[in-house]
Amino acid sequence: MLQVVCIKQVPDTETRVKVAGDGRTLDPAGVTWVMNPFDEFAVEGALQVKEKAGAGEVVVISLGGAGVQTTLRNSLAMGADRAIHLKNETASPDSLSVAKALAAAIKELNPQLVWLGKSASDDDAAQVGPMLSELLGLPCVTVAASFALEGTTAKVEREIEGGREQIEVPLPAVITCDKGLNQPRYPSLKGIMAAKKKTIEERATDLGSAHVELVALELPPARAAGRIVGEGAAAVSELVRALREDAKVI
Amino acid sequence: MSILVFVEQRDGQVRSVSREALGQATALAATFGGPVVAVCCAAADPGLAALGEAGAEQVLFAQHEAFASYDGAGYAAAVAAAIASVNPKVVLFAGSSMGRDLAPRVAAKVDAGLATDCTALVVDGGKLVATRPVYAGKALQKVSFPGAVALATLRPKAFAAPEAQAGKTAAVSALAFTWDASAPRAKVTAVVGASGGKVDLTEAEAIVAGGRGMKGPEHFAMLEELAGVLGASVGASRAVVDAGWRGHGEQVGQTGKTVSPKLYIAVGISGAIQHLAGMSSSRCIVAINKDPEAPIFKVADYGIVGDLFEVLPALTAAIKQLH
Repeated sequence: MLQVVCIKQVPDTETRVKVAGDGRTLDPAGVTWVMNPFDEFAVEGALQVKEKAGAGEVVVISLGGAGVQTTLRNSLAMGADRAIHLKNETASPDSLSVAKALAAAIKELNPQLVWLGKSASDDDAAQVGPMLSELLGLPCVTVAASFALEGTTAKVEREIEGGREQIEVPLPAVITCDKGLNQPRYPSLKGIMAAKKKTIEERATDLGSAHVELVALELPPARAAGRIVGEGAAAVSELVRALREDAKVI
Repeated sequence: MSILVFVEQRDGQVRSVSREALGQATALAATFGGPVVAVCCAAADPGLAALGEAGAEQVLFAQHEAFASYDGAGYAAAVAAAIASVNPKVVLFAGSSMGRDLAPRVAAKVDAGLATDCTALVVDGGKLVATRPVYAGKALQKVSFPGAVALATLRPKAFAAPEAQAGKTAAVSALAFTWDASAPRAKVTAVVGASGGKVDLTEAEAIVAGGRGMKGPEHFAMLEELAGVLGASVGASRAVVDAGWRGHGEQVGQTGKTVSPKLYIAVGISGAIQHLAGMSSSRCIVAINKDPEAPIFKVADYGIVGDLFEVLPALTAAIKQLH
């Protein structure tokens, strides 16, 4: 069976954000680019399904500039079979435009499972997965914390406020992955060597007009300097007084 | 120009995050004019007329027996039908687990722009501008909407719930919508631990979070005791979650949850950049750490330098005495 994993390349979580000259996007200077951490769970999820079945193909897809090929290559080193690069240089494209481009590419592959991270750690939008499911007309479970395939039905759990939903979804389906779904593997040396021979198919991609327009990217206001109320257990009474009388939070 | 609000219910109870959305809708209606209309999906009416107290003038009730549990595809069909029916300027959802799942589906269905996890909505020159934290709060993105309708999910606790207008009722009417429940769909078979469960970190009024300094999972009982007397939820740093001391649902920060409680107490957390990103929008931050140079003190309103194993029990005892 064929599975698709949608991957996004994002700044490493250690990145200190600087605003670019346009006042609307991230200054890419000095940024280390990595696979969105939640997408690692998606790649691992697909690889585990393939390994359990003993057959099948895992196709990874990413939209972005030339740089995303390093991240695609990384997922090929983890064990994905081939990659499709939807080439587009737009900085921070809107989610619906991205979902439409992905849906067009995925439709012709006719996959049984489409995997994504629950959100990307750069724009935190968490939109593309459920949008994709509507555009493809497939059922979808977002923020999957566990996944088990039984025949052509997946049993999935997702965290909700104060509990967990247990869900059954027939394939084909779209799954977005939460941290904890699995333990993503590191590429092996053999995997890295094999990835060099796998294909990354490039496709020029037009996104059309944006559904959301970027007005500004700003740094949050700095917090006013706080104070050390004291050292050790002796400082507790002053802390409790300040929380009660000054901050009024207890 | 009406403002449409998706009102969510679980187990026949309207959730408080939806009242926050109704409050913001009322503020927008003052600028854009037009009524605040609510749409709710449920198997049975959870007392929708009472939404008038939170500012709704009309309520569209999408009733279906399958809506006893959440169904993303079914709810999306109903909300899209509500949009077609009332032709709103803005559609608001709570940024809850349900709203985060539903809003993108609706946006795809009606081909509209969506801004998720917004912390502010303002009208600037007749245009809606949404502010949303990105990079887990390291930056704020402002966006506008070129289309006829704008969709937004609101971060829980970022918008105040309105004062209840006692006795005011909303006009409830049935919403006609088309949805084939027999088509292949994701079906909720059970909800585990939902009633009487802990408050989710994203909706908590107070959070007590522990880091590496806790030295081991067994010591989190001390944190839980403090959380208990404060009515707080327990959070954790990434290091603690990755070490397997606490579950993933408790992780605060860039690969966990972004939180904005009234009170955040960081215990034995040094304050890595991805942790600070996830909690620095909290109203009041307290840090307890033995290292006076720990970065967490730079964002803390109040700090105690010291051994947490002495400070924590003293703090728990002092707060107990207040009650």
